[in-house]
Parts: sequence; C-alpha cells; structure tokens
Amino acid sequence: MFGLAKKDATLLLVVVGLTLLAPFILNPFPTDSAMAQFNAGYPDLMQRFVIFGIFAIGFNILFGLTGYLSFGHAAFLGVGSYSAVWMFKLLSMNVIPAIALSVVVAGLFSLLIGYVSLRRSGIYFSILTLAFAQMSFNLAYSVLTPITNGETGLQLTLNDPRVLGISQTADGSIPVTGLFGLEMRSTYTMDVGAWAFQFNVGYYLCAVALLVAFYLAIRIFRSPFGLMLRAVKSNQQRMNYTGLNTRPYTLAAFVISGMYAGLAGGLMASMDPLAGAERMQWTASGEVVLMTILGGAGTLIGPVLGAGFIKYFENIFSKINDNVLHGWFSFMPDGLENFVITIIHPFIGKGWHLTLGLLFMMVVIFLPGGLVEGGQRIAALFKRGKKDDDGADTSKATTPAE
Amino acid sequence: MDAIILQILNGLDKGSAYALIALGLTLIFGTLGVVNFAHGALFMIGAFCAVTLQRILSLSTVTLSKTETNFLGQPAEIKTPYVESWFGPEAGAAIIDWSVPLAILFSIPVMIAIGFIMERGLIKHFYKRPHADQILVTFGLAIVLQEVIKYFYGANPIPTGAPEVFKGSFDFGVLLGFDPNAIIYPYWRLVYFGFSALIISAVFAFLQFTTFGMVVRAGMADRETVGLLGINIDKRFTIMFGLAAAVAGLAGVMYAPINSPNYHMGMDFLVLSFVVVVVGGMGSLPGAVLAGFMLGILESFASMNEIKSLIPGIDQIIIYVVAILILLTRPRGLMGRKGVMEE
Amino acid sequence: MSTSNFTRRGLLKTSAVAGAGLALPTYLSAANHAGYTNAPQGDTVTLGFNVPQSGPYADEGADELRAYELAVEHLNGGGDGGMMNTFSSKELTGNGILGKKVEYVTGDTQTKSDAARASAKSMIEKDGAVMITGGSSSGVAIAVQGLCQEAGIIFMAGLTHSNDTTGKDKKANGFRHFFNGYMSAAALAPVLKNLYGTDRNAYHLTADYTWGWTQEESIAAATEAMGWNTVNKVRTPLASTDFSSYIAPVLNSGADVLVLNHYGGNMVNSLTNAVQFGLRDKQVNGKNFEIVVPLYSRLMAKGAGANVKGIHGSTNWHWSLQDDASKAFVKSFGTKYGFPPSQAAHTVYCQTMLYADAAQRAGTFNPCGIAEALEGFEFDGLGNGKTLYRAADHQCFKDVLVVRGKENPTSEFDLLEVVEVTPAAQVTYEPDHPMFAGGALGTCNPGA
Repeated sequence: MFGLAKKDATLLLVVVGLTLLAPFILNPFPTDSAMAQFNAGYPDLMQRFVIFGIFAIGFNILFGLTGYLSFGHAAFLGVGSYSAVWMFKLLSMNVIPAIALSVVVAGLFSLLIGYVSLRRSGIYFSILTLAFAQMSFNLAYSVLTPITNGETGLQLTLNDPRVLGISQTADGSIPVTGLFGLEMRSTYTMDVGAWAFQFNVGYYLCAVALLVAFYLAIRIFRSPFGLMLRAVKSNQQRMNYTGLNTRPYTLAAFVISGMYAGLAGGLMASMDPLAGAERMQWTASGEVVLMTILGGAGTLIGPVLGAGFIKYFENIFSKINDNVLHGWFSFMPDGLENFVITIIHPFIGKGWHLTLGLLFMMVVIFLPGGLVEGGQRIAALFKRGKKDDDGADTSKATTPAE
Repeated sequence: MDAIILQILNGLDKGSAYALIALGLTLIFGTLGVVNFAHGALFMIGAFCAVTLQRILSLSTVTLSKTETNFLGQPAEIKTPYVESWFGPEAGAAIIDWSVPLAILFSIPVMIAIGFIMERGLIKHFYKRPHADQILVTFGLAIVLQEVIKYFYGANPIPTGAPEVFKGSFDFGVLLGFDPNAIIYPYWRLVYFGFSALIISAVFAFLQFTTFGMVVRAGMADRETVGLLGINIDKRFTIMFGLAAAVAGLAGVMYAPINSPNYHMGMDFLVLSFVVVVVGGMGSLPGAVLAGFMLGILESFASMNEIKSLIPGIDQIIIYVVAILILLTRPRGLMGRKGVMEE
Repeated sequence: MSTSNFTRRGLLKTSAVAGAGLALPTYLSAANHAGYTNAPQGDTVTLGFNVPQSGPYADEGADELRAYELAVEHLNGGGDGGMMNTFSSKELTGNGILGKKVEYVTGDTQTKSDAARASAKSMIEKDGAVMITGGSSSGVAIAVQGLCQEAGIIFMAGLTHSNDTTGKDKKANGFRHFFNGYMSAAALAPVLKNLYGTDRNAYHLTADYTWGWTQEESIAAATEAMGWNTVNKVRTPLASTDFSSYIAPVLNSGADVLVLNHYGGNMVNSLTNAVQFGLRDKQVNGKNFEIVVPLYSRLMAKGAGANVKGIHGSTNWHWSLQDDASKAFVKSFGTKYGFPPSQAAHTVYCQTMLYADAAQRAGTFNPCGIAEALEGFEFDGLGNGKTLYRAADHQCFKDVLVVRGKENPTSEFDLLEVVEVTPAAQVTYEPDHPMFAGGALGTCNPGA
C-alpha cells in the first residue's frame, strides 16, 4: 500500500489510527474522577504531541540515519515559527502560506548552517550546530528584537497591516488563525456519559501533517537515499575511499530534517500565534535529542513516542499539586495519607524535572534501544505466550531500525 | 590601556573557571570516551559543598530573646553557632568566616566519593554504549542532581562570602606605573586565578611524572593495547573519574564567593565548557586549558564598550563565532588528536 | 467540572462521524454557557495559578503559590480572613465567590513564554479555569495576557514590572496590580536627589531584553530631568553569570553612580561583582560612589547577602509596613508558613482578592462584567493605601516604596528598610505617556 512493504504499511495504519482517535485514547478517565488529572486529551497538549513528533521524526532522519548529532535543530523550529507569525502579521491569517513560508525559510537556513557545519564530523559537527543555534538564540533575544520581539516573543497586535485580511475583527479583537474560514481553535466537545472528548480543528490539521511527515519518513528510510545515509553512518571513510562524495547526501538529510523542524515551528505558530526566542535555546535543541534517543534513535516510531513521553510529563506532572494528592489519598487514615503525600511530594508539581530525569536514566539503563525496545519486549512476551517461542528476537535490540 | 589590562585580568579569571571545568571534562572524554553531561552538575555540587560547610559551621543553639520580638510579635530567636560556644565568640566567628577555604578540604573527599560512585554505579556500564545513550543517561543524572540540590537548598542563590581578609582589591596600577585606583582587582579573584593555575599544574604534573599518569596517558592513546599488557586500566579509570570530579568540585568551591551558588549554575557552564573542550581539541588537556583562557579573554574584550559600539551584540555571540572560526580552520580544534570522537 | 472549549463558533463536522452511535453529543452553545468561556457550573469555580516552579524564579513562584493558597482559604471562609477584613470593599463574606466554593489548579511557567502559554492553555482547555493569574517576569506576563485575551479569560498579572505590560502590550482582559519601571523611576528620583545631589554621573548596566530597556529608559529620563548626566548605558546578555567585564570599565569611566537594571540572578551577580570591585569604597569627583538597584526583591536580595547594605531601590510592598492591612496580611501569612511574605506573594494575594471582589460586585464571572467592575475601581486596605485601577490601561496606581538595604538586619528576612512611601500622585502618568504609547486595550473578549 502506498508503495510500502507490508510491515511499514501496518505501522503507518497503526499511527493513522492512533492519531485520529487520540481524543479518545488520551482521555481514558471520566472528567470528574480523580484520575482525570492524567488525561492528556485536550487540544493544546494533543497538538504539542503531534508537533514535537514531527520535529523528532525530522531530527531522526538526520541523526538516526547518518549518525550526525545536531545540537542546534531548535534554531530551525524557531525561524519557522518567526516566519509563520510574520506571515500572519503581514499577509493573512490563513495557515497555508504561513506554514509554507516556515518550511521554506527553515530549509534555506538549514542549507546555510548545514553547508558550513557538515565540513566537520563527530563532536566537532555537534558543536558547530550548537554554536550557530546559540548565536541565533542570543541575537533573537536581544539585538534582533525589532524582528523577534525579544523576550516577550513575537505576537499579533491589533494594528498589524494584514494585506489579505483585516487588522481586527468587527468587535475589536485580533482575528484567529484558520484554514479557509475553518478556525484552528474551534473545538467540538462530545459528552459521552462521564467523559468529555474534545475534537479540535487545529489538532487534526497537525495530525494530517504528522501522517504526511511520517509517510515521507518511511519512504526516505526505505529508499536508496536512506540506504546511502546509513552507509555514511556505518563507515563514512570507506564511502569516501570508494570515490563517492557523501557530503551532498548528508546535506540533503540535514536540509530535510531542517524543513521538518520548520514545519513543526510553522504548525506551532498556527495553533498559537506566538514565537518566542527560547524555542531556539540549546535546551530546546537538547530536548529533541533526548526525545529521539529516549524513543529509540533510528527507529521510525521511536521519536514520536519520545516526544509524547517528554511532553506528557512536562504538562501533566507539573500540574499535580499537594491539593490534588490530598484528593487522591483522602480515603486513607490521616497519618498514612500525610506520609504517602510526603513521599510523593518531591516528584510532582515543581519536582516534575526530577521525575523526568529519573525516567531518562531508567529508560536508558533498562531499555538500551529506547521506548521502542520496551514495546518490542512486551510484544515478544505476548508472542512467547502464544507460540511458546523462545527465540523472541533479541537481535532487534541492536538494530531497532529494521 | 588600563581598560585593556583590566579586561585581560577579567579574561584570565573567567578563563580559569572555564579551563578548570573543561580540564575535568576532557579527562573524562579523553580517558573514558564518555560524553558527560553531568559534569556541570559536579561543578555545582562543588559550590554547594562550600554552602553546606558554611551551614554546618553555622549550626546554632536557639534561645528565645526576652526583649526582641520577631515579625509576628513573638519572642525572637537568638542563634549562637556551636563553634562560637565551643571555641569562644572570636575564634568561632573566624572559623565561619573561613568556611570557603575550609570547604576545599571538605570537598575533596566528598567529590572523589561522588566521582567513584558515579563511575562504578553508572558510567562504567556505558563505556561500550553509543554516545547517544551516554548523553541521555548523564543528562538525566544532571537533572536529578540538580533537582536534589534544589529540593534541599531552594532555587535562589545563596550568598557564600570569602574570608574578610580577601575583601577589597589589589592595586595593580601602582605596580605598573599607572595612577592609584586605575587598575584594581579583587583579591579573591586573584586567589581564584592562582588556585586554578595550581590545580592545573598539579594535574599535569600528576599525569606527566607519575607511573600512574603514564599508564593513564597510554590508556588514552590506546586503551586496548594497555589492557592487553595486563594492566588493570579499569581501576585507573575509576580513579581518573574521581580526580575529574574533584577538579570540577574544587572549581565550584572556589567560585562560590565570586557568584552566589544556585542549583542551575552547572547548566549555565555546561554548554560553554563543551565548547571550550571541543575548541581546544578532543583528547588534549593543554588544548582545553588554552581554549579556556583564550575564550575567557576574548569574551572579556568583546564586552568592552568600544567593541560593542563597533559591532552591536558581539558580546552575546563572541564565543560561538570564535568556536566556528577555529573549527573551520583547524578541523580538530586547537590541539585535538586524530580519531577522537570524530564519529 | 465544565467541559471546556476555546470557542464554539466553528464546529468540526468531521467529528460527527466519530460521534455517531454514541450517546447524544451536546453542543455546548453560548446559551448554556452564559455567553462566556468556562462559565462555572455546579457549586465551584476554578482559578488557574500559573507560576514559575522550575528555573531561577522557582522560589518566587513558590511564595506566590503560598499566597494564592492563603487567598483561596480566606475566600472560602477559612483562616483568619487576612486582608479581607481590612479591604475597603465588603462584598466578600468568606462564602467563596458568588456563593461558589473556590478551587484552583496550578501550573509551571518555567519562566518561558511558550511553557507558560502551554500551562495556561491546559488550565483553560482541560480544567475549565475562569481566570489565570501569576507569573514572575514580564515576558511571561505579556505572553499569557495575550493568550487570555484571545481565549476570553481574565488575566490578573503577578510580578511584572515592564512598562509594556500595561503599555504597548496592554490588553482588555489583562490587569496589573504590581507597579512598573516608570513608577520606580518617579519614586526613586526625588530620594536620590536628596541623598546624592543633582550633580551626578550615572552609568547604567541593563539586562538586554525588553524589561531592562523600559526600566533603563524610565530611570535615565527621571534622573536626567533632575540634572544627572548619563555617562553610558551598557547592555549585558541575559545569560551572563560573571559581570566583571562589564563592571571593570565603570571604574575609570568618570561615573559616580551605577544603576543596575537587573533582576533575579542577574541582579544578585552584578551587585555582588560591583561590590567585589570595590565600587562602594570608591571616591569619584570628590563624592562617594553609589549603586542603585531600581527594582528590589527581598527574596533575591537575600542571594546578594551583605552586599545590599545601604543600597537604594524601590519595591511594590514590604512586610515591615505598619498599616492595618499589611499587618493583617503578614500575621495571616506568617502564622501559616512561619516567615513573612514577599512582595510577589502580596501582589498575587491582592490580585486574587480584587478578582473575587469584582466578580462579587458584578454578579457574574463574565470577563466583560469583571473588567467593568475593575475599571476605575478605587479601593483601600490592601497594604498600599488608596489605590485606583485605572480604566484606560488596567494599571493600579498606588503608593510606591523606596527602600534601602538594612545595615544591621535582625533576622534573615529583615533585609530592607522602607525609606520613603512615595504617594500615588507622584508616580501617576498620563495613559498616553510616550513610554506607554503604541498599543491599544481593544475590547473585552468573553470568549465562547
């Protein structure tokens, strides 16, 4: 199907199912129950899952295939967002031109940075990309404020000179982003018993973008071009000795992944028209590196899982406070309740970083191939149960890409 | 001219912090081949060794005042540090005053122990794993260490002063024939510079002149062969890790009076120290030190008003511009060796 | 809990497919939502407290959170009532807001505009918060204020000192109780004139981002108006930790006053470095060299230790104030937590009370009703004397405190002493003052 092998087609179908049904899957708990805290099925977070998924898929095309570890990919996401917001300010509130421009600008920017940085390899390459990204961040935060609005971030105002569109609506507010009249933020809520499922236009636009991005990534992984990139990873020197110039291939991978980042940035701005400089900071670049490794570098689905994992903890765990804990454990006797809460307290709310750090360590210690390997082990368990097949392939751990 | 001399001093001072951190980082890079994102956290823990010792020394008996009241109108608490009641008020106050230099002694065993535990408990299992895994696990560890410190000490910076005798500044100008007060430099920063120079020389001497150092250097060059020769390189690597941790920790202890320590100071230095190490060249200790001082001085020059007015914002990016230029002209940094971390 | 929606103007037709065969889908229309976003249903109302819980301002955020919890307790009739007893408006009775029990959700802004907006959005979309409040930096406040305007939610700003929050970036749904850079300058200038005379040369070190710039502009304008000369204005990168290379040039610049337009960690480090370089012991042009920190925060001043002694600055509120309201608040907060509240805690407590009172007076949680009740509202008894919430820009006008680092602190909280209470009239400016021009409030947005 779509020119994919059966296994890939199945994977794609699974991803299609997961993304389209996300409002159900991510909202397993009734709205009024104590566990509703763990529901992630609200538009903003679902959008973030998908957008960072795209970002990580793109990053993985470079890192997973060629082994080139870029520490500056957030810069492309940043310029993508800035271009999109400028498009909203100057041209129209339609998301199509904005997203198109962000992909193009991010592509050009990554062509420039990639052309220079790819002259070196290994850690020297990483530091070059880091240096470019940090320069972009520092300048965007200070000297380039007329373009980026610095600390506050670039926002829409009531007197933007929008060429195709209105500066402000009839009731004096800023128009919202949309796709030919379909507002990105409009949400339809379906109440089913105690559950409330939210279907958001913006989310589905992002989801479609993710599916296209994912499909393209599969095609790239399976193409001769992808094979060439893998060859670069396993032994670039040998490739060079055979008289083949690998630079155009790696540069192409760099630009493609930069354009993915630009797409993510453009989508982010389309969902919420704000572009902040800290999107380009090294911590943001580091985050996508972590997402990819956490999920499983070089695998197709891994980066998406990693992105979801980190964003989930950031947004859900940071919001659990002692008050919520008291709600959960109120069934216990007072002394025990307070004891349990004292134990959990450091890991939630303002301690969400601690939980995340611990989980990073656990995953990498126990699941060397990332979350994908966790999935494979579980799958292998089931297989074993069914067929009593002891050969649950451990070989996969080393080459999860296959 | 005086401005330039001052900025050179500033640069040397900043450079010594960069150089010390980069030295430890490159020891770990070079000897163990591990990308250690938790190195900044070790620097931070060093600074908190100073804070902790200051707190321990200031542990006090609490009595309620009969005359004074606190903000709620209740009797105020009067705290008398134990050291003051034991050694008399003056000697006790002097001990508390000298807590940062004392923390040097305190931090060495602590940092070496932390280094050992880290290496034996965690890093050891990652020697053969890809760099990506090392990044993830050490980054996770850095977050955990940072959050633990935050949990106990809060997020705000904690003032940790140098001893009273080091307050004030040294007048360089007079020495060089300038007007008095034209070029003055704080004593403690001079101490910091001297201390760094001492530590750096000690590390070099250790690696250069001892048998242990020779083996480690051999191990850096070719680990397998050294292993085949029947030398237990693993044990030596553990010791190297402890040493690197101690160097980072000492850099942190002495840094505490310059800027009040806070829990994220390690992350602030982390990226910079990676840049320093790579600009210096992978696997080269002299390279790391050289790059540290060079970037420190260039950064100081770039923040001069004359230069800022010429190129606005240059002080924001100078380090990265220099890093890019050096890496493009010298493929392996200033003094990097072939084949280290190039894949 | 209400099912939250950003808007119902557009319907997603495709989802009808998914809805088929399941229970009857309910379109939450404006009608059953009383015409505004997240109208409280049932007997509770949810407020969103969005404060920095990680990053450099985490302690400030924690103090804000304490004050919020205290305010909620008081609104629901618990505790000793705090400033509810001294507040000039007597609408609040300890019976929640409009008879609904106050509940709250918390989030982490990480002091990043992106993260702050994500957190605020989750409060609006998931938890059904009807008001968002908090923040410990102007960038975050402005970003979240913009979001709340779009979503149709009231935003009660926390600690934000930039002129822009109620200047060029003001929004109809956003309100600020905290003072701003202009007010700091207007309050400080006369005090500095009395202390240091009119013949001074000032050197500015400024954090290189919007807040720093607006404060630098305000202070430079106010001091130049009284005859001071500005020698230099130097921008320092936000990420700086060591300010030595910026401090060193001050030594021989001929300046005799150093103005540090820094906040938080930047302030702690630049002040510590300036004192290290002996600036305080210096004599220039026959005068003592002086340092000024226009925006003081007690929590942060603690990080600079003894270096703050004798250094002047301004603050929104300080726990040592002796009016009844401040005393009541300090007592209530101190009894619960064991230490006095910070200015950040004070401003967010006031904001919560002001919101609750406005809702009570308006008889609705509709943002437009609340905005109307707050606009032009004059009140007293919240610790800053008589205060006006100006309709033109949603900024509070009240007394500003000029403070000085205390020479002989009696406790670890006793770091600042109030030098002068500058009356509100002196810090008031026209809404179209050039430093605040360039934006428009727009119209209030009830969302839905």
